[in-house]
Amino acid sequence: MRALCWHGAKDVRVDNVPDPKILNPRDAILKITSTAICGSDLHLYDGYIPTMEKGDILGHEFMGEVVELGSAVTNLKIGDRVVVPFPIACGNCYFCEEQQHSLCENSNPNAAMAEKMWGHSPAGIFGYSHLTGGYAGGQAEYVRVPYADVGPIRVPDGLDDEKVLFLSDILPTGYMAAENCDIRPGHVVAVWGCGPVGQFAIQSAYLLGAERVIAIDRFPERLRMAREVSRAETINYEEVNVLDALKTITGGRGPDACIDAVGMEAHGVGLVGAYDRVKQAMMLETERPNALREALMACRNGGVVSIPGVYGGFLDKMPIGSFMNRSLTLKTGQTHVQRYLKPLLDRVQAGEIDPSVIITHRMPLEQAPDAYRMFRDKQDECVKVVLKP
Amino acid sequence: MNDITTDSRQEATPERDFSALDPGSALSKHPPGSEFRYEAPSRDQLSTLATGAGMVILGLGIAQLLAPRQVARSTGIHAHPSLVRASGALSVASAVNILNKGRPAPLGLARLACVGLELTLLARSAMHAGSSGRRSRLALTGAGVATAAMLDMSAALAQTARQTMGERSTESGAMAVEKCITVNKSPEECYRFWREFDRFPEFMEHLEEVSKVNDTRSHWKAKAPIGSSVEWDADITADQPGELLAWHSAEGADVDNGGTVRFERAPGGRGTIVRVEMQYKPPGGKAGALVARLFGENPLQQMDADLRRFKQLIETGEITTTEGQSSGPRSTMVKLIKKGVPG
Repeated sequence: MRALCWHGAKDVRVDNVPDPKILNPRDAILKITSTAICGSDLHLYDGYIPTMEKGDILGHEFMGEVVELGSAVTNLKIGDRVVVPFPIACGNCYFCEEQQHSLCENSNPNAAMAEKMWGHSPAGIFGYSHLTGGYAGGQAEYVRVPYADVGPIRVPDGLDDEKVLFLSDILPTGYMAAENCDIRPGHVVAVWGCGPVGQFAIQSAYLLGAERVIAIDRFPERLRMAREVSRAETINYEEVNVLDALKTITGGRGPDACIDAVGMEAHGVGLVGAYDRVKQAMMLETERPNALREALMACRNGGVVSIPGVYGGFLDKMPIGSFMNRSLTLKTGQTHVQRYLKPLLDRVQAGEIDPSVIITHRMPLEQAPDAYRMFRDKQDECVKVVLKP
Repeated sequence: MNDITTDSRQEATPERDFSALDPGSALSKHPPGSEFRYEAPSRDQLSTLATGAGMVILGLGIAQLLAPRQVARSTGIHAHPSLVRASGALSVASAVNILNKGRPAPLGLARLACVGLELTLLARSAMHAGSSGRRSRLALTGAGVATAAMLDMSAALAQTARQTMGERSTESGAMAVEKCITVNKSPEECYRFWREFDRFPEFMEHLEEVSKVNDTRSHWKAKAPIGSSVEWDADITADQPGELLAWHSAEGADVDNGGTVRFERAPGGRGTIVRVEMQYKPPGGKAGALVARLFGENPLQQMDADLRRFKQLIETGEITTTEGQSSGPRSTMVKLIKKGVPG
């Protein structure tokens, strides 16, 4: 089959690779019908996530048709149309029973490696480095789905791929980011990053009762989408001082909750931005946490900072004094997608959310390397690329 | 569900003095019925390395104190005898600190000062060294000081390192490896899984086959390095259903070995903590164990991986894997050295 493989930093290629096989009784094989490039794939593309190997197949946002089933999968049948959550979860361990699927204790075959890096291991993830299992991803014609009796959700025939594809990651990720904010009616929420997760975080914050949502970015097309599609007020951080602007908007108090939908490769301005670039290049820190630092400083006393953005290792100049003295709460995690699939599918079906509005580009899988470059460099006003095998 | 009765428990475990077992073993430290309590391993023993380094440095210090001129001459050092004596005094202080297991901590500064002073003397002498004979003596002395400093440093690192759990040698000279994991099943279910020894090869990578001989004896066959295999009989030495299981190789085994597994109710009833200790007397003793390690046989890592597979098997019914999945072309380096990378 054809699949998008990682060959090195900024080098991905569509290669001929062997078709996936059933390896365990609870596996399924899907024929991919739609797959997307995630903002977090760009961290792999840029080479900032350790333990990638040449030949790894990327992609953790995908859906397709069941073409083969392991002997122990009884809840699916051949021909079912399913969306697959990006974290792999067994459904039997303590964390799965607690609905914290991205912390599954059994799905990462390289758990010992992750423990060395992070203390304890999270769940395995499709196409996202060997630290999280080294699983072959779904930017391909076919994919093997382990624990297929737990993750995949069947989608009704009436709904197009584009309406449900993002249930695999970014829609639940934006939703969980907002849910982590403990929003109460009347709350003001600020969102750093107007990429796909940022857009869904804004929309989810409104769904959960926020009165005002303020979005922060520097790309005009993303700020426009935040205003026109997601109905946020916007701040261009290259033009104004974000802390000042947020204080002005909130009468000096700061937003009740702040969401960092940017992650480890935040664009820094001024001296601090240069400082982080140098340290990251010298491998003295793995992250450029500008958005997170700003979110921590901006949040109102006693507020919540929620991080859906991906981080991989170690950061510095974290304003821990602000965090401690002002009674802030930090909430984060890889999304427990399985927990949100059904409720969010219901909302999509009811027309409360239309995830397809963020799609700017539709391309064949063969053009994936071009798509990565375009998405990374924000060319052609690219916000979200959907690939068709 | 519970098919194991109290009667069978008494039959399987006759009255027995567990303290008579190898005193370092898990079974003697925590006999059946006792509760596991974390206990930091003792760090009161002086390592061979530290003893050696301490004695050498002590000898050098005394020589410098008693015969500064002779020491200066034979080492090629060009310095006033009082400076050589000062270096001797610092050496003696360092040695006392090393031999006293790094205590008192402030005296550790003497170890730094000692190396500093000796290097300064060396450098000054090198600048004034006239003859080539003197220079080669100085070079030798320099190498000696560097070696002593390295010995001192590794002893210091070992003395201040925090103890890790997992692997140690028992008082009878066996290697003991300990590891634990929390499993989302009841202690009784975990016990039943372990009592059926024949399932061990499903999750223990090194085992080929375990077969039942009778109710307490089983026959084990394991993979050994270079494609060979070893076989032995093992007897159950303690059997407390739902709590503990211990076994030991029968007389005449190639590798004397045994193990204990205890099943503890996890805090809040959230499953079971499975604690395993395995002991073995490696052929060739400690040196043999070291050689095996060089060939990539790390018993602690092995047990860790085995326990994870046990957990996967009992919780999910299968063993999580990516072996045999599709991938693009791998680099030659990865194919050669990382046999773990699938595809």
